[in-house]
Amino acid sequence: MSFDVKTHLKSLSEAHAPSGHEGAIREIVREAWSGITDSMSQDGLGSLIAIKHGTRRLDPPRKIMLAAHMDEIGMMVADIQDGFIRCRPLGGSDNRVMLAQPVLVHGRETLPGVVASKPPHLLTPAARAKYPTWGELLIDVGLPAERVIELVQVGDLVTIDVPMIDLNGGKVAGKAFDDRACLAAITCCLHELAKLHHAWDVYAVATVQEETGLLGAKTAAYTIAPDIAIALDVTFAPQPGVDADSTCEMGGGPGIGIGVNFHPKLYDKLKDTAKRLEMKLQDDVIPTNSGTDAWAIQVAREGIPSALLEVPIRNMHSPVETADIRDIERCGRLMAGFIADLEADFLTTIAWDENADLA
Amino acid sequence: MLLKELSEAVGISGKEDAVRKVILPAIKDQAQDIRIDPMGSITARKAGTGERPLRVMVAAHMDEVGLMITGFEGDGLIRFTNIGGIDERILPGLRVHIGDVNGVIIWTPIHKNTDQNAVKMTSLRIDIGAKDKDEASGKVKRGDRAAFDSRYLELDGGRMLRGKAFDDRGGCSLLIDLLQAETTYPVDVLAAFTVQEEIGLRGAQVAAQTLNPDVAFILEGTTANDLPNPMAAEDDEAEENPTCRMGGGPVLTILDTSMIVQPHILAFLRDTAEREDIPYQLKTRSAGGTDGGTIHTANAGVPTGVIALPCRYVHTPSAYLLRQDYDDALRLIKAVLNRITPDDLVR
Repeated sequence: MSFDVKTHLKSLSEAHAPSGHEGAIREIVREAWSGITDSMSQDGLGSLIAIKHGTRRLDPPRKIMLAAHMDEIGMMVADIQDGFIRCRPLGGSDNRVMLAQPVLVHGRETLPGVVASKPPHLLTPAARAKYPTWGELLIDVGLPAERVIELVQVGDLVTIDVPMIDLNGGKVAGKAFDDRACLAAITCCLHELAKLHHAWDVYAVATVQEETGLLGAKTAAYTIAPDIAIALDVTFAPQPGVDADSTCEMGGGPGIGIGVNFHPKLYDKLKDTAKRLEMKLQDDVIPTNSGTDAWAIQVAREGIPSALLEVPIRNMHSPVETADIRDIERCGRLMAGFIADLEADFLTTIAWDENADLA
Repeated sequence: MLLKELSEAVGISGKEDAVRKVILPAIKDQAQDIRIDPMGSITARKAGTGERPLRVMVAAHMDEVGLMITGFEGDGLIRFTNIGGIDERILPGLRVHIGDVNGVIIWTPIHKNTDQNAVKMTSLRIDIGAKDKDEASGKVKRGDRAAFDSRYLELDGGRMLRGKAFDDRGGCSLLIDLLQAETTYPVDVLAAFTVQEEIGLRGAQVAAQTLNPDVAFILEGTTANDLPNPMAAEDDEAEENPTCRMGGGPVLTILDTSMIVQPHILAFLRDTAEREDIPYQLKTRSAGGTDGGTIHTANAGVPTGVIALPCRYVHTPSAYLLRQDYDDALRLIKAVLNRITPDDLVR
C-alpha cells in the first residue's frame, strides 16, 4: 500500500497518549516504521528508537538522530464528586478551550464524556466574564455516580476526543499535531530514504515526555550517542495574538531554528540542502531555550551538534491545531536529502574553525 | 425514535430545511393536512376518533442555535456572530460546519497569552484554511450559518443520549412519535414543528394563529443544571438551584420568562402524571422561554402547558438526555391527549 501522509497523520493525531503514557501511540509509530527501518528498540523511559542503516557502511559508523515527541498534552483525574470528574492539566493544557469539548476518560473502560458547561440561560454576566479554572471544570461521562466510582480513579488519564478534519487548501485540523505532525515528517523522511543511497545510520526516535520536561529526548540521546541530531517540533504560524517575529507561514516550508540551541554549521548545511532541493526554509529566531527536544539533546553526553526543523501550526495546544500537509512532506524530503548528502567526513566540515589553531 | 437523525441535521434559526427533510417523510403517512407555512414551520393534523370536540396543538421547534458569518479579514479569517443564546466561552477550539465547508474557531496559543478574561465573540475568528479574503469569500458567504460539528452518541448501552440540538430536536422526536403511534386519540392533534424559536418564538406565533387551537402543549428540551458546585465549601448549605434534574421525569413549567402557565392547566398536567404514575418535576427557575410564550397569546388566547425534557449542556455541541426521561415524557403527553376534555380548559 502506498504511503499517504494525511492518513498517517490522522492515525497519529487520533491516538490517545499523553506524557508518560505513550503506549498507544508507540505501537502506531512502530507499525508505521516497521517496513522502512532495520531494527527497533525502546529506551528505559519508553522512547521508540528505530535504526535504518546506511546503504554503504562507514567505519566507524556515523549516526544521525531524528527526534520528534510522541506524547501529547492531556489531563489527569484529580477528584470525583457525585460522579463528576475534576482534572488537572498534564503538560500545557489550556483550561480556556475546555468548556463543551468532547473528551475520553481512560478508566477501567474508555468512557466518552464532555466538559460540562452551564446553559447560557442560567449564566450571570459576571460568570460569563472569566474562563473556568481547572478546579471549576467538571467532566460528565453520563454514568450513574456509583458506576463512575467503579470505573474511574484518581490518576486516570483524560484526553480530548476529536477527529482530524480537512480544511481548505490541503490544511488539516486536529489535536496533538504538536508533535505528531513532526513524527509524520520523520515517517516521510524514512519513506524518501528508501529510494536513496546514504552512508550514515539513521536513528529515528519518537520521544516520550517532551511536554513535561524534554525527558525522553535526554535519555534517548544518551542511549544512541548520535554524532549529530535534528529535533523536530511545531512552531507558531501567524494568527491574531502571536507576534509576527516568532512565526513561520503555514505552507511556506519547514521552519529552521537559529539561536544558541543550534549548531551554526549544521544550520548552514541544512540551508545548503534546501537550496539544492529548491525548497523554501523559514528562519525561526529562537535566541535561547527552544523548549524543544533539541534543548535536551544538545547537552547529552559530550555535547551533540543539534538543529531544529519545524512544522508551522496555528492554535497550538488546542483541539484544533491546524497544519498544512505540504510542510510535513517538505520537512521529510529535506531531511532525506540532507542525510543522503552526509559523507564520512561530515563532522570535520562542521568542526569549529579554531580547531585549525590547535593543529 | 428519530433523535439521532434529527440531532445530526443542521437547522439554525431561519434555515430549518434539513430538519424538515427528516420530519416530513417520517410523518407523511401518519397525519393529514401536512403543510409548510410561509414561515417554514410544518403543521399537520392527526384526526381524532371524534369522541371529543377538541383541537389540541402540540408544538416543538425545529431550529437550533448557531453562528452566522458576518465578514472576512485580509488573511482569510472569518468574523461571525451568534444566532440564539451561546456562551462565548465554549467557542475557542470548536469545530464548525458552514454548509459542507469545515472550519475551526482559532485560539491564541497558551504560550503567547494566558489572559483568563473571556474573549468576546467579536474578537474570535473562524479559520476554514483559506489563505486570504478572496479565497475565504469564495468558499463561504456573509450570512451563511455555521453549526457545531458534533456526533450523536448513545452511552451506557443506550441509557444516556448525547448530541447537539436536543433543544429542541428532543421535542421534535417526541412529536413524531406521538403522530406515529398506532393509536388514535379522542381529540384532534394539531402538530406544529416550528421555526425561529431561539430568536423570539416567531414560528410558533404564526402556527398558532393559523391553527387556532383550543389548547396547546409545548414539547421542549430544557436546562438541567444538576451538577455539583466544585467550588462550594464542604459545609456550604447554599445549594445551587438546578432548575431541573436528569432522571426526574418530564419537567413542567410553572412560569418562565415567556409565560405564566395557567394554574388549572398545570394542575391538569400534574394530575395526569400522578394518575398514570409517571414521574415528573417542576421547573424551579424561571430562566428561558418556550414557544408557549407566543402561542398562549395567539388570537383570542390559548391555554398552554409546557412539558420539557431535562437536558444538560443545551446550546453546546454535546447535550445529554436520559432515555428514561424521554420515555416518561412520551407517556405523559400521550396520557394528556387521551384524557383531556373541554372541561379541563375551564378555570
